[in-house]
Amino acid sequence: MDISRRDTLALGAGAVALTVLPLHASAAGVDEMINTFTGGAAVADGGVDLDAPEIAENGNTVPISVSAEGASAILVMAAGNPTPDVAEFKFGPLAGSSSASTRIRLAGTQDVIAIAKLADGSFGKAQKTVKVTIGGCGG
Amino acid sequence: MISRRDFLQVSMAASAMVGASGFGNWSRLAAQQALTQDQLLDFDTFGNVTLIHVTDIHAQLKPIYFREPEINLGVGDNKGKVPHITGADFRKLYGVEDGSPSAYAMTYNDFTALGKEYGKVGGLDRVATVVNSIRADRPDALLLDGGDTWHGSYTCYQTEGQDMVNVMNGLKPDAMTFHWEFTLGQDRVNEIVENLPFAALGQNIFDAEWDEPAELFKAYEMFERGGVKIAVVGQAFPYMPIANPRWMFPDYSFGIRDENMQAAVDEARAEGAELVVCLSHNGFDVDKKMATRVKGIDVILSGHTHDALPEPVLVGETIIIASGSNGKFVSRVDLDVRDGRMMGFRTKLIPIFSDVIEPDKEMAALIDEQRAPYKAELEEVIGTTDDLLYRRGNFNGTWDDLICDALISERDADIAMSPGVRWGPSLLPGDPITREDIWNVCSMSYGEAYRSEMTGEFIHVILEDVADNLFNPDPYYQQGGDMVRIGGMGYRIDINKPQGERISDMTLLKTGEKIDPAKNYVVAGWASVNEGTEGPQIWDVIESHIKKQGTVKLDPNNSVEVVQD
Repeated sequence: MDISRRDTLALGAGAVALTVLPLHASAAGVDEMINTFTGGAAVADGGVDLDAPEIAENGNTVPISVSAEGASAILVMAAGNPTPDVAEFKFGPLAGSSSASTRIRLAGTQDVIAIAKLADGSFGKAQKTVKVTIGGCGG
Repeated sequence: MISRRDFLQVSMAASAMVGASGFGNWSRLAAQQALTQDQLLDFDTFGNVTLIHVTDIHAQLKPIYFREPEINLGVGDNKGKVPHITGADFRKLYGVEDGSPSAYAMTYNDFTALGKEYGKVGGLDRVATVVNSIRADRPDALLLDGGDTWHGSYTCYQTEGQDMVNVMNGLKPDAMTFHWEFTLGQDRVNEIVENLPFAALGQNIFDAEWDEPAELFKAYEMFERGGVKIAVVGQAFPYMPIANPRWMFPDYSFGIRDENMQAAVDEARAEGAELVVCLSHNGFDVDKKMATRVKGIDVILSGHTHDALPEPVLVGETIIIASGSNGKFVSRVDLDVRDGRMMGFRTKLIPIFSDVIEPDKEMAALIDEQRAPYKAELEEVIGTTDDLLYRRGNFNGTWDDLICDALISERDADIAMSPGVRWGPSLLPGDPITREDIWNVCSMSYGEAYRSEMTGEFIHVILEDVADNLFNPDPYYQQGGDMVRIGGMGYRIDINKPQGERISDMTLLKTGEKIDPAKNYVVAGWASVNEGTEGPQIWDVIESHIKKQGTVKLDPNNSVEVVQD
């Protein structure tokens, strides 16, 4: 194989394009958003279902869904994104079910958090780590 | 009254005592040099249902050598548990005698010597003999293929999987699930699956755009065998678009999808299923975790991580069967299903010793027919090896060392990267290396060998990323391959640290200098998942390198220091 170094450097350009590192929450931002949403009320674990993949197939468009029976609002945050705010879903009294699905962009491996305002006025929380990876090497 | 749980455990204990899993006899037979087909197939038919499991054949139509891993580390709850037990510890655990046929089949030690004594393993014509023999005992046995079937050889690449489809159709499976098949590209997969004469299953194969179950793949198929209603639920490899190139099958999405699995099991039970079997390509540790989260699965036939276990692993009331890879083993699982529940089991992991098991004539002819158009190309001898060439293990195997050497020298690189796949047969010292042998360890639809500049920091990020896919303590965050193989660079890995802290002491071997995070290094590799990767095909790179060597001799590779405690 007769190849020059210069020629072949260009060939590999597309080989690995994505840089990912685990991202840690900007705790202050997330806490502040939760406080604003709950008005400072306590948040219990559970009461809301959060469905998200363990490993994102594509960090640019990660399907997630949330549901909480009778909830009037669900706040969704991506704790490691530069802007953790993802969405706040509001459900009126005539809503058939308090559930919603969307796709979100994740800048790297991080926790996705859902807080629901439940029918009795209390708040419930669910959290799941979604991994964003370079990929390859699968057995 | 004996509870079901008690019964399962009694049955398991009874199996161990009477050797129903096939153990205890072979070593004696070896001493007598009298291993026969009848003894390999000997099985006291049990209950009223038989399952036959093959998985991860990787297009190996012909007998091969396959060395099991020396290093296969478990983390978190799976530390020190099967399948993360190898070598002497494995033999001690299962009462396997050193040097016996089962030691050769299931452990790595003395592989060269035992390989010469016991010969090659596998070959789908031999597998056919075993399947036919089980069907003679139990004509309505279910044959289930765990996937990674239409990938992994020269002829499979040239025919886009048609050789394997033709041969497997000859074996007449009842259902199949998938992984590498999708790297044929979604159009080709769709074309084959539309005409498949058996069920193509995957409860977790979804339409990517609508996030709904894909129309072409059913979640489960109902069978009635031995008067028992059986549901076989498929579980494709969950992380295909991550571990393999997403752009090759953009319309499909996967994932583990526990809740959907539970829904499928519940639906099948409501439809009258008395036995629920999961045909899985999750990998063993993922299957173990899934068995704790999804209720109502009786048997998981586990694939993907290529583990060969002589006895089932019991999780709650679910038994998990692991049947190896590359056509080396067939699992027979006999079940007693009464009053709508599984009351007992008897299993055997049957090693396909190709010199002992008579090839099925029809299947042998069918295999030769697939290979005939490519005979000259397959058989061309490219070189010879002085060393044992193998791949399996968490870190570098000698095949990978050879591939990395080829990348560094043919592509003029500082550092080489080779994917930590678990397929690829072995060659014994003195064996010729044919073109077929080379393709067996690298054939794929995205084999372009890239050449790229990467900073030291980025190389570290890649190693950390892959290490977490292997050593994350939660199996649901693992992808099931082994560690990326590295040439030209040494490193230290502490497998129990979190991502970002496992890899240290990266050293450029040719100078002995520490890798500088800010400096650029020329890296050659192959099997990039990114679209548009350019470069020569890896098999051409390897062939060119071996031709220049003539006889392959490798230096011992001690470049990876592993910290595991």
